Amino acid sequence: MLKSLLRPSLSPLRRTLATAALPRVKQFQIYRWNPDTPEVAPKLQTYDVDLNACGPMVLDALLKIKNEQDSTLTFRRSCREGICGSCAMNIGGVNTLACLCRIDNNTSKSTKIYPLPHMYIVRDLVPDLTHFYQQYKSIQPYLQRDDHPADGRENLQSIEDRAKLDGLYECILCACCSTSCPSYWWNQEQYLGPAVLMQAYRWLIDSRDQAGKIRKEMLQNSMSLYRCHTIMNCSRTCPKGLNPGLAIAEIKKQLAFD
Amino acid sequence: MARLSGLQREVLKLYRICIRATYTKPSENRLHWRDYIRSEFDKHKLLPKKSFSVIEHLLRVGNRRYEMYRDPSIKDVR
Repeated sequence: MLKSLLRPSLSPLRRTLATAALPRVKQFQIYRWNPDTPEVAPKLQTYDVDLNACGPMVLDALLKIKNEQDSTLTFRRSCREGICGSCAMNIGGVNTLACLCRIDNNTSKSTKIYPLPHMYIVRDLVPDLTHFYQQYKSIQPYLQRDDHPADGRENLQSIEDRAKLDGLYECILCACCSTSCPSYWWNQEQYLGPAVLMQAYRWLIDSRDQAGKIRKEMLQNSMSLYRCHTIMNCSRTCPKGLNPGLAIAEIKKQLAFD
Repeated sequence: MARLSGLQREVLKLYRICIRATYTKPSENRLHWRDYIRSEFDKHKLLPKKSFSVIEHLLRVGNRRYEMYRDPSIKDVR
């Protein structure tokens, strides 16, 4: 009795932290599917995350959920700074990298996270990119030359020729653009898709490469390249700010004169 | 015998190429392979035949595993 009088529990003069903030609980709805039980249909699972105790990016929230709430949540991630392209997924309806996508601060709305659309799913947020990588392999993404430099060292390139590769070589093959393209959704088997075509263009205009004729012949059919109908979802969604649509248009321009 | 649907034929096709592939394995291990293939197919024996997307998924997984196990350097399975 006496004790409580001497030390009142709720003093109006007690100093508190100026930022003793209210918890900002944000809901994340995440696509879940387990291949061990294929008969169970995929579902959206909801997780609550306090944004005050979480990093600013969606990948931080995913890692927090995996660490603290549900360790069975599966996704790819590696560099956490947008240079590896592992964490490509569909966040709030847009294909992007989870590590480059800020969490929407509006806690009244939930954020939906799906894997890349129209891809076979390995588990949860992990798509099967085998076919995508095979397509990349099929364009022979390496330097091809018949002769070698006279001094036996590097293949030199002028500064102007090197500048042509800017905006192309930065692509990290995250597959965000290819999987946002309706043409690619419907004709995945034959159409190469924006990411791979942009790399095809990158090797086509490389001044050091001498296989341009063969490269063009490979694209000269109705499916590989011409399924691009300039929908331009690729350029809009690219998390690195590149322009695959422009690269494809440039290839079309070159092929038109063949 | 009832006429099989396309999907059913796909499953049978996968089963048959798997069984055929056991003949490329050493003869003393052939029964291991056969038992393994049968047990893998039996796991989903009770799957309703209308669950198309599940069967399609299992076919994809099965084909991928067939490609992997076909490697001549893999001799035995247990």
